[in-house]
Amino acid sequence: MASINQALLDLKRLDQLAAGGTVLHRLDPRAKVLATLVFIVSVVSFGRYELSALIPFLFFPAFLIALGQLPAGYLVAKAALVCPLAVAVGMFNPFFDRSVLMQLGPLDITGGWISFASIVLRTALTVGAALTLTALTGFPAICRALERLGMPRAFAMQLLFLYRYLFVLSEEVGRASRARELRSFGRNGDGLKSYASLLGHLLLRTWQRAERMHMAMLARGFSGVLPGREGSRFGAPEFAFLFFWSALCVTLRLNNAPQLLGALVTGQLP
Amino acid sequence: MHMADALLSPTVGGAIWAVSAGGIAWCSARLRREQDDRQAPLMGVLGAFLFAAQMINFTIPGTGSSGHLTGGLLLAILLGPTAAFLTVASVLMVQALFFADGGLLALGCNIFNLALIPALVVFQLFYRRFIGSAPGRFRQWAVTVTASVIAMQLGAFAVVLETVASGVSSLPFSRFLHLMQPIHLAIGLVEGAVTVAVVSFVRKARPELLQQAIGAPAVAYRSRASICAFFLAVAVITAGGLSWFASEQPDGLEWSVAKVAGPAEPEGAQQGVHGLLAALQEKSAWLRDYSFDSSRSAVDPPRSSAAAGEAGASGTALSGLVGTMLTLFLVLSAGWLLKKGSRATVAPEA
Repeated sequence: MASINQALLDLKRLDQLAAGGTVLHRLDPRAKVLATLVFIVSVVSFGRYELSALIPFLFFPAFLIALGQLPAGYLVAKAALVCPLAVAVGMFNPFFDRSVLMQLGPLDITGGWISFASIVLRTALTVGAALTLTALTGFPAICRALERLGMPRAFAMQLLFLYRYLFVLSEEVGRASRARELRSFGRNGDGLKSYASLLGHLLLRTWQRAERMHMAMLARGFSGVLPGREGSRFGAPEFAFLFFWSALCVTLRLNNAPQLLGALVTGQLP
Repeated sequence: MHMADALLSPTVGGAIWAVSAGGIAWCSARLRREQDDRQAPLMGVLGAFLFAAQMINFTIPGTGSSGHLTGGLLLAILLGPTAAFLTVASVLMVQALFFADGGLLALGCNIFNLALIPALVVFQLFYRRFIGSAPGRFRQWAVTVTASVIAMQLGAFAVVLETVASGVSSLPFSRFLHLMQPIHLAIGLVEGAVTVAVVSFVRKARPELLQQAIGAPAVAYRSRASICAFFLAVAVITAGGLSWFASEQPDGLEWSVAKVAGPAEPEGAQQGVHGLLAALQEKSAWLRDYSFDSSRSAVDPPRSSAAAGEAGASGTALSGLVGTMLTLFLVLSAGWLLKKGSRATVAPEA
């Protein structure tokens, strides 16, 4: 099935971006995780009719993408594709919220349209931040950062195991799924019956793989912990990074920068 | 059914993250106590399997649409609830980071809706109680499909509650509910059918895998009455408390609208799509005033708006309460009937 292989390629591409060597890639992952969290909380804490004050927050992903030398077009396209629920739910806002909030000449702009636009912008910001974090840090590093920030070890290990076998199993499932697709003609053969036995076979194969892995791990002296790279230090650059972005997010949250700028430009300071 | 950051307020997102994080901590601690080192690679690989399997689709006969597995209940049946919860949570985390499904704040909600509810709540309290040690064909079908329908309905209900409590979307509670629950009834039925089919496949091919999970020492059960009482209490608190909260939400809106628009009735509130939907709702809603109507109270003069808001809030809370009790009653009686029915059918086999 084209879509599974496509999704896998997409996954690999995002995963490989984390291998970059820029200043941002070398920062301790904890700083990046914390800064992203501050950013997301600041963005979602705005009222639902806020639009202009959200715009300056685009600076955070834009800055990271530029300095981290990430492919902007790819990340933007990826961010544009997601969050069907947010857009689907947001789409109803213009129907239910028809109070006029703003007038542009003869055009009445209702609260629903403004909050819909706000939802779309929030989606872009939060999704963009999450993707940028992954692209700059990489999944294993994020897991280890979260573990050092207090995530239970069993869950961290689960995440690392999952990551290790994600690609192998996705390829296997992609092959099996393509084989089924090639053998089914029209609507024949892609129903529940073949689907269930396909999944069942894959499940059993996966289970056997886990048993083999367990034996191999025991043979190599598995002690219950996956060895990782020596943890990096949370030094001055990390503090500076975290402090700068937190301060910027809080400032932008408290002050409507575009409005101030507009007031400054039009000379109508309050 | 992934929840999204953009629809959440930090309070709601943070609160549900706290619940999900508590679940992760508790399950991790339990898993460590069990000290079964075969479990770690198994969970990891099954997580990868689930991630990949969610991408395969199959055609649903007669509709032309396609469905896929969600997997919370299936993994709970295969691995037991604790391990299944952690596995599904880890899959959701991969999806949040690589595909940005939802987002990082909404990840807490997604773990709650898609992992905690099916694996810890529905599996523990429903599936495990009713499946028995050697279920017959009918019993297996009935219990599994019902369990996955319940899980989906609860998950969809949680999405609605989270969205409405956050107050970013202006979709009214009842209308969102009407939108979500029927769709997820269908999704739940499909999920149940897939789960049953895969479980019966595994049962035929390697029955010992299922024996492990079912035969694992069960958590000590409280009596049935206390479980029912617990559910009733949770439902009442959620329905009463949250619908009160939801109807309080438009307060900020009232102020801003009153400030910007002045005390004028918004044009077209009773025309066009809004009017059509309102008329539709008039016909379909036999529990009136279930939803809060922001456009009505928003334009009331200040002195009466507080009173109107309060009356509306208590009305909403009351109808939310009544609706939940009714739903709960229906679900419980259906479960009871099903249990009676399946016991009667299975008895000769056993």
